[in-house]
Amino acid sequence: MVKINGELLDKAGCSVTDILADMGTSGQRVAVELNESIVPKAEYSSTFLKDGDTMEVVRFVGGG
Amino acid sequence: MPIPTREEIYAALEERHGRELQKKLSEASVAVCGLGGLGSNIAIALARAGVGRLHILDFDIVDISNLNRQQYFPEQLGMYKTDALYDTLSRIAPYCDIQKDCVKLDEDNIPGLLEKESIICEAFDKADQKAMLVNCVLENMPEKYLVAGSGMAGIGSSNTITTKRITKRFYLCGDGTSDVEDGMGLVASRVLICAAHQANAVIRIIAGKYEI
Repeated sequence: MVKINGELLDKAGCSVTDILADMGTSGQRVAVELNESIVPKAEYSSTFLKDGDTMEVVRFVGGG
Repeated sequence: MPIPTREEIYAALEERHGRELQKKLSEASVAVCGLGGLGSNIAIALARAGVGRLHILDFDIVDISNLNRQQYFPEQLGMYKTDALYDTLSRIAPYCDIQKDCVKLDEDNIPGLLEKESIICEAFDKADQKAMLVNCVLENMPEKYLVAGSGMAGIGSSNTITTKRITKRFYLCGDGTSDVEDGMGLVASRVLICAAHQANAVIRIIAGKYEI
């Protein structure tokens, strides 16, 4: 199990790209933190979640 | 009335904020990226609080559509936002050390332009640009504190706008969902709430109060 935005999910083994696709976002408007460290955009497809990981997906919306 | 001296203004700030906090504020250096509804209001709040050095960055000019929420005046229409806000900040806080850069930030120039400031405010309006700045700072400058804003369009409840500490040095303000592209535009009051969240997060970081 992994924790994504505070929710426990059965996503161990999935890549960051897979998870973003499940969330319905392409990755252009997000920042992804894995265990308190930023995941560089270039590493989304090669970063796989392990059991016990904590991931935060910050989705940005327009306006400022 | 003549403009008060540096010492007179400092003493007035110290009286309100306390000696210890004012010393920290006067020694702080903050970058504000984007000078629209968020950035112009964040910069003014920080200047009023006596932050010693502000670095303001934007590439745009003041447009009539900005006047509903951004801290510009009708006679400033057509000016670069960096020049217009510089003038206003200088009137509010004449001894604040202000650096202005009229430039469009991108992944190549961000690390150089934001090198000096320990705290960076993301105050862009476009979602992809917000993500670009946040990712660039977190990837390349992990020692910086970053305070971003996302979700403040419309006239939804004030109480849905919050400050979250995403990681140790990355704070996010806003409701996270109210997208300007969904219809309702930006309204001064709610944009100011988000800007105030960001400015207060910055001041708390300066004060060494990192918890939210």
